[in-house]
Order: sequence, then structure tokens, then C-alpha cells
Amino acid sequence: MKVLGNLGGVRSPSELGRKLEEHDYLADEGLAVACFLALRMGRPLFLEGEAGVGKTELAKTLAKVLDAPLIRLQCYEGLDAAQALYDWDFPRQLLHLKAAETAGVRDVGKLEDDLYDRRFLIRRPLLRAIEEPGSVLLVDEIDRADDEFEAFLLEVLSDFTISIPELGTIRAERPPVVIVTSNRTREVHDALKRRCLYHWLEHPSHEREVAIIRRRLPESTELLAEQVATAVHRLRGRDLLKPPGIAESLDWTEALLALGARELDPGLAAATLGAVLKYREDQQAALADWGRRPG
Amino acid sequence: MSGRDVTDTIVGFARTLRAAGVDADHERTRLMIRALGHVSAANRDEVYWAGRVTLCSTPDDLPRYDRCFAAYFAGETPRLARSAPPVVIVRHTATPVGEPGEQEEGESGLTPAGVSEVEVLRTRDVAGLTAAERDEVHRLLGMLRAGRMSRVSRRFLPARRGRLDQRRTVRAMLRQGGEIGVLHRRRHRRRPRRVVLLIDVSGSMAAYADTLLRLAHALVRSEPRATEVFTLGTRLTRVTAELRHRDPATAMTAVSAAIPDWSGGTRLGAELKEFLTGSRARGAIVVIASDGWERGDASLLGDQMARLSRLAHQVIWVNPHKGRIGYEPLTAGMRVSLPHVDEFIAGHSLAAYERLARLLAGG
Repeated sequence: MKVLGNLGGVRSPSELGRKLEEHDYLADEGLAVACFLALRMGRPLFLEGEAGVGKTELAKTLAKVLDAPLIRLQCYEGLDAAQALYDWDFPRQLLHLKAAETAGVRDVGKLEDDLYDRRFLIRRPLLRAIEEPGSVLLVDEIDRADDEFEAFLLEVLSDFTISIPELGTIRAERPPVVIVTSNRTREVHDALKRRCLYHWLEHPSHEREVAIIRRRLPESTELLAEQVATAVHRLRGRDLLKPPGIAESLDWTEALLALGARELDPGLAAATLGAVLKYREDQQAALADWGRRPG
Repeated sequence: MSGRDVTDTIVGFARTLRAAGVDADHERTRLMIRALGHVSAANRDEVYWAGRVTLCSTPDDLPRYDRCFAAYFAGETPRLARSAPPVVIVRHTATPVGEPGEQEEGESGLTPAGVSEVEVLRTRDVAGLTAAERDEVHRLLGMLRAGRMSRVSRRFLPARRGRLDQRRTVRAMLRQGGEIGVLHRRRHRRRPRRVVLLIDVSGSMAAYADTLLRLAHALVRSEPRATEVFTLGTRLTRVTAELRHRDPATAMTAVSAAIPDWSGGTRLGAELKEFLTGSRARGAIVVIASDGWERGDASLLGDQMARLSRLAHQVIWVNPHKGRIGYEPLTAGMRVSLPHVDEFIAGHSLAAYERLARLLAGG
């Protein structure tokens, strides 16, 4: 029987939700059920959603809840096995070879074994995740990688084994908890999604967003959190190039707090707009809006 | 519920979902049944989420899932609306490329053309062709095999010349007991550059839409993994999957079924905006085939074209009317777009389409 993932003594989705909350991550019910099932069924969780809705943060928090190491693999085009899986430390192997030669080692078989010893193995994220029992593996922004990498990841996620010709097959004692995130700039292949549980992450509701701001930035006043959440909510409703996520709400609040603000006023909002809107067109649209509706 | 009941219920639910267009196949259904073993089946919300994370796989599935879930677990079979509006006004169903023999018997039309006839046909405006002549143009388009300009990939390939491939070189050295033997080299691999075709199928383009889609089919068939096709009209429709059929006639039938807004109006700006939010334009060659007849706000189109030109590798505008003598780009849509277009070419004849194919091949 397959060993189940690390449950950290969690018995129900709501309990997992509470544990996430203890670590300052406020998950809604859907996300709690999705995570719970991913843990229980030992399946990777495929999280899709706009940038800044807390996909990466979830993996970090989950690692804290499970008290497990977080291993992160940031994807990019051209990511290959040597970067994702393992590599040999060639310069050190050469040094070792030269040293052995100077010392006059004659036993060729032993020398070869020495050369491909584990200490010369550079472990990349996927191998580390397989070797560390019960770790949390975050495969971040899979949509940035290319199809070759997708195919390769699928292989690793199917049986959690990696074979290294010189060392043999390495099997996960306890498979890692896997979170795969995507910003959906590209459609990820169905075969990979099929291995995973799929969850589409929305922007948080207004109340939840206020709660998140208060929780993450306790020095902010209720009024400020409320105003920021309302303003951000309204910005999302507008047709912007890049609607702000929860990450932007937090950045914005932090910027306002740094200026000593206790509440949001148009002057402060305009001065700190760069924390929440990152396109000139979006900033202009927002300023025009606020100009029409002062306060 | 007993285990058997659960299975029956869920299998029925998955069938309902499939009918609504969600890809909830056997494997996913089994996954949901397994998932239900871990949540409390009496809790409606948990059942909802357990189903959603196992049966759905794209955001498009979510509204359908919600509808089916609400209906199915309220004890009724939901209305099986596969997708929104089934409005097909005129069937410009691409005339299938029949067997040459059939055509000869029927009308007095063209037999497969000889060299000189092809030459004449190549430069003629497709809007003015007889049905038989158009079939011939379509047949020739079906044979078009277009190359594709390439871009440098981040991946490496072993090569004769290029940068030193340290890993392979040292590896070979180790194998030979530390002696430097061959220096291995590597270079960046080249991949075909992605092309995105946006084809206007609104009323004013009716005479050309069919032929343009045939051209799209030829391009998709030449580079299936690096070509995307969307149609523009009153809404943006992705037709790449439909165009993957080998046979042009089958592909055209599938495409006409997929396009809900043949010969409607055009909202170029709004649709371009929708297309750009998917950021599928980044680094691609974007080809817009349209007469630039914008019903909506032309300034919106201008803004979107500016954004497109910043995202795309190259923007090519194909306008069927440009082939006419004395054509001036006077439509509002065309005027605001032109400053952001890298290549503005005609799109009315076989020769013009071949020129586009050469352009995409980097020639």
C-alpha cells in the first residue's frame, strides 16, 4: 500500500483550515478541502489562478503546518534534468581523480566507485524532495517551463522514483506533498493535470481580504484595512491590464503604513499607487476614476 | 448511501458533466469516488469541492460544474447546454474539396488546372471566383507547405561548433581516466516561432473568411505545435483544435460548427483585448486578417494594437481590400492600427497568401 502523505495529525478539511490560519494563511473552504484531499490521497495539487492570489504562499504555509522542509523549483523555459533533478560535481570529481593519480591508486574499480560517490552528487530540487521524507515540493509557475519539462515532471510525479545510472534507482520513502502552480499564461498539458487535483484560486472575498490584511499586518487599523480592501476590490472590477492580487493589497497597506497612514486619502493613494498598480495605463485609469469621485 | 449507491450516483453525475462539455472521464470519476472516501458525504459543501478538484481541469469547466452540481444533486437532470449561444446564421461551410472527378461531371467548371491557368488564378481576387475556381484555389491552398522562421530556444543541443559543453567534456575525461580527449560543444536549439492567426469572420469579410480559414488550416498542418488560430467576430473563438484534422473538408466542417458568429458584426478592439489578457501573444508573430471595419470604439482598438505590438515579435495585418487598385486604408480601425503594424499586406488572392506563407518562413 502506498504510504499516505504527511498529515500532521489533521483529520478534516476544517481542521486543516484552522491550522493554516494559525500560520496566518486564511483559506476558504474549497482550498481547505483541496489541500486536505491532496494530503490524504497523496496526489499533487495543481493550483491555478491570477498572479498574486496566494498560490506560492499556500505551499510555504503548508510546509509550516506539516513542519516539513519546503523545496522549491522555480520553472523557466529550458529547465532541464541537470537543473531540476541532479548533476555531478565534475570539477571536484576531476580533482579527486588527479589526487588519486598522484597518490598512485591502482585499483580502477574502486577509483570509479569513488568518483561516482554520493558526495559528488549535486542534488537538485526534485531529487531532494524525493529523498527527504514528507517534504513539501513547490513546482512554481509550471506554465513558464516548456513541454519537454512537463513530460519529464509527469514521469517523476507518476512514481516518485529517479534513476541515476551510476547509483541506481532512488525511491521516495514517503512521497513529498506536491504543489504545482500556474498563472495560466499557457495551457498545461492535460496528462499532467490528470495526475493532480485541480483547484482554481479566486481573489478573496472582501471580508476575507480585510481579515488577511489585518492578520498579516497587525499594525494596520481596521479602518485602513477596510479601505484598502474596498479600493482594491473596486480596481479588480475595473477592466485593468493587471488587476491587483492579495499580494498587492498587502504591499499597498505596507507602503501606507510606512508613511504613517491611519486611513486612506486620495493624496496618499496617489503617492503609493505604484505598490498596487504596475502598468502606467492602469494607474492613469485609476487616477481618472478617483478624480471623478473624490474621497 | 452504500458504496454501490455512491458509485452509481457519481458515475451518473460524471455522465451529466460530460454531456455539458466537462472532460470528466472514467479516470477522473474514479478519483472523485476515492476522494469521497476522505470527506464527509453528508456535508454538501465538501462533496461539492471533492468533485470540483477531481473532475474539473480548467476554469471554463467551473460554471458548467456549478450548474450540473446544483441540478443533479437537487434531483433533476440539468438542461444540457453544451455551450452558450447556438446561433449559426449563414453556413459558409467551406465547400468540401471533393474528388476532381465529381466536379467534372457536374457543372462545366474547371478541370484541375494546367500550369498557365494556375498562374492566372493565382493572382485573381478570390471574391470574384466561380465556385469551381474557388475549389481549385482551395485545393492549391491545401497543398501549401509553409516553413517557419525559428527562434532561439533556451535549451541546448550537442553540436559540432559552439560553446564548450563542460558537462559532456568532463564526463568523457573521467571516462578516459582524466585525459583530455575530445572537446564536446553545444549550442542553443532552434524552435519554430509561434504564429497566432486572428481571422475576422464578420459580415464584411464573408467573401474571404472561408479561404482564409483554408490558409489557416494549411499553416496549422505545417507547424501543428507552433500555430494558433482564433476567429474574430462578435466574440473571440479558438479554432486551433478543429483545424488539426488532416482533411481540409473535415476541418472546415468542424470549424463552421465551432464559430457561433459567422457574418455578424465586429468588435475588434474588445476581442483583441480579450485575446491579449491570455498573453498568448508574447514573442509570437501575430497575423490579423481583417478589413479593419470596427463597429466599436476605434480608440480602444488603437490602444490594444499598441499593446500587441509591444508583446508580439511581429505584427502582420492582412487586408483583402489592399489588393484593389486605388485602395486607401481609410476605415477608422485601419487608421488607428497601422502605426503598430510591422507588415501590411494584401490578402485577396492565392499569390498574396503564398507571400504571407513566405513571410512566416522568414523569406
